[in-house]
Amino acid sequence: MKILVPVKRVVDTNVKIRVKADGTGVDLANVKMSMNPFDEIAVEEALRLKEAGKATEVVVVSIGTDKSAETLRTGLAMGADRAILVKTDAASVEPLAVAKLLKAVIANEAPGLVILGKQAIDDDSNQTGQMLAALLGWPQATFASKVALGDSSVDVTREVDGGLETLRLKLPAIVTTDLRLNEPRYASLPNIMKAKKKPLDETSPETLGVDASPRLTVLKTVEPTGRTAGVKLGTVDELVAKLKQAGVL
Amino acid sequence: MATLILAEHDDAHLNEATAKTLTAALALGQPVDVLVAGQNAKAVADAAAQLTGVRSVLLADGESLANRRAEPLADLIVSLAGQYDAIVVPGTSTGKNVAPRVAALLDVMQISEITKVVSPDTFERPIYAGNAIETVQSSDKTRVITVRIAAFPAAAAGGNAPVETIAAPGDSGLSSFVGADLSVSDRPELASAKVIVSGGRALGSAEKFQEVIAPLADQLKAAIGASRAAVDSGYAPNDWQVGQTGKVVAPDLYIAIGISGAIQHLAGMKDSKVIVAINKDGDAPIFQVADYGLVDDLFTVVPALTKALAN
Ligand SMILES: Cc1cc2nc3c(=O)[nH]c(=O)nc-3n(C[C@H](O)[C@H](O)[C@H](O)COP(=O)(O)OP(=O)(O)OC[C@H]3O[C@@H](n4cnc5c(N)ncnc54)[C@H](O)[C@@H]3O)c2cc1C
Repeated sequence: MKILVPVKRVVDTNVKIRVKADGTGVDLANVKMSMNPFDEIAVEEALRLKEAGKATEVVVVSIGTDKSAETLRTGLAMGADRAILVKTDAASVEPLAVAKLLKAVIANEAPGLVILGKQAIDDDSNQTGQMLAALLGWPQATFASKVALGDSSVDVTREVDGGLETLRLKLPAIVTTDLRLNEPRYASLPNIMKAKKKPLDETSPETLGVDASPRLTVLKTVEPTGRTAGVKLGTVDELVAKLKQAGVL
Repeated sequence: MATLILAEHDDAHLNEATAKTLTAALALGQPVDVLVAGQNAKAVADAAAQLTGVRSVLLADGESLANRRAEPLADLIVSLAGQYDAIVVPGTSTGKNVAPRVAALLDVMQISEITKVVSPDTFERPIYAGNAIETVQSSDKTRVITVRIAAFPAAAAGGNAPVETIAAPGDSGLSSFVGADLSVSDRPELASAKVIVSGGRALGSAEKFQEVIAPLADQLKAAIGASRAAVDSGYAPNDWQVGQTGKVVAPDLYIAIGISGAIQHLAGMKDSKVIVAINKDGDAPIFQVADYGLVDDLFTVVPALTKALAN
């Protein structure tokens, strides 16, 4: 079985982002970019399924500019077999458009399982996997903390508000990853070198016949109203007195 | 036209997330209907009918809706969508799971986790773990929205809306429910608690977490939260995680104990009314958002605080 893993290039999780003073967005110039952490977990899961003999091929896909090829190379260096870049110059592509593009890629690739990150840490949308499942008419299991792949079905344990829940999905299916599914590996230097020779194909929204134009207009982006640091107290009794004063006890 | 909201519930009780979602939905300025989808969920529908501002409650009751799997639930919502120009869903795990499926079936772009309704087509929502707030306008015919629960007050009780029964959808059989392992607790629910006591990696073990955090939480009748590090290390169950990718909370009082204050954690709690930090490192970033801080060893300070509160 082939597993497809869509990956997104985002601001590195350790970067403290800056909002542009003119309200036009977040300053991405000269900021460290990385693979979205949830997508790393998705790649790792696919690789483990392949190593366990349950999958035959792992294909990583990204939608973005030339730079997204770096993110795909990261996936290849982790161990994916092949990569596809859906190249677009758009500053951002909305989840609905991403889902449509992935659907078109899937029509060519026919994977048995698609594993995505549950959300991207830039727009925090948490939509793409569910939308893709809808467009394909496939079942979905979001927020996965455990994936057990069978021949014609997959059992997925999900992190839900009250605890954990397990669903069985008929294949082909969509799974989105939560933090505790696995701990992604680092790419070794030899594997980074090897990844440079692995196939990376390019296509485009036009070739795939998908209209990727946005539906939402971002009117402005601002910094949240910040909190200011309060006071450090010396004793527990002072704290209790302050909390009483504040009326929260 | 009108707005449809999805009720959050467990077939027995209406969750407070519903009343908060209703507040956001009412801000759109249209009549609001509440969809209760479940199995044997009549009591939930009756409770929803009592929320002030509800026009009517639609009860879809059947086996396919028992665990609110995304496939049948999305089909149900889509079948109703023609009568609504907005579908507003709580940002709970059920809501986040189903809403994008609905949006894609309707060919509209969802607006996730709104924190403010600016106008019926324009909303504020946090991005980058709450480090930026974006104002977005939708051009879609139907708006599909999820609501950041902690950002809206609950609509009051006092209504008396009619309950109409509608057919439950069939089941495509694409997915089935295998089982659940849900936490049972007498404590208040994390998402709606007035006071939260939260523990981090510094607790060091599940036993210490219980030994130190639980008595303080008992004393304050608080819910218990945790950092990702505490959950990953097995000190606390996954549903206690507060943060960008866990629960977003805004209690009156949040006490962060042995938590450094990573941006991903702050994203889940920085809108709390009063924040207390207990950390032995005076430079820990949590102090930048805390109203009151104690720079000390938690293993001595927390039991002392518990004792002081008991007196
Ligand atoms: C994609 C992604 C998503 C994430 N989502 C979340 C999320 O939703 N929620 C979340 O919490 N994190 C999240 N994280 C993780 C986050 O970045 C931090 O790693 C995590 O919050 C750290 O947890 P902590 O504060 O308990 O541990 P640490 O950062 O290790 O902090 C422990 C603190 O305890 C203090 N301490 C140690 N001993 C004592 C003592 N005896 N007394 C008092 N203080 C003591 C230390 O000074 C330190 O400040 C996410 C990370 C990523 C990459």
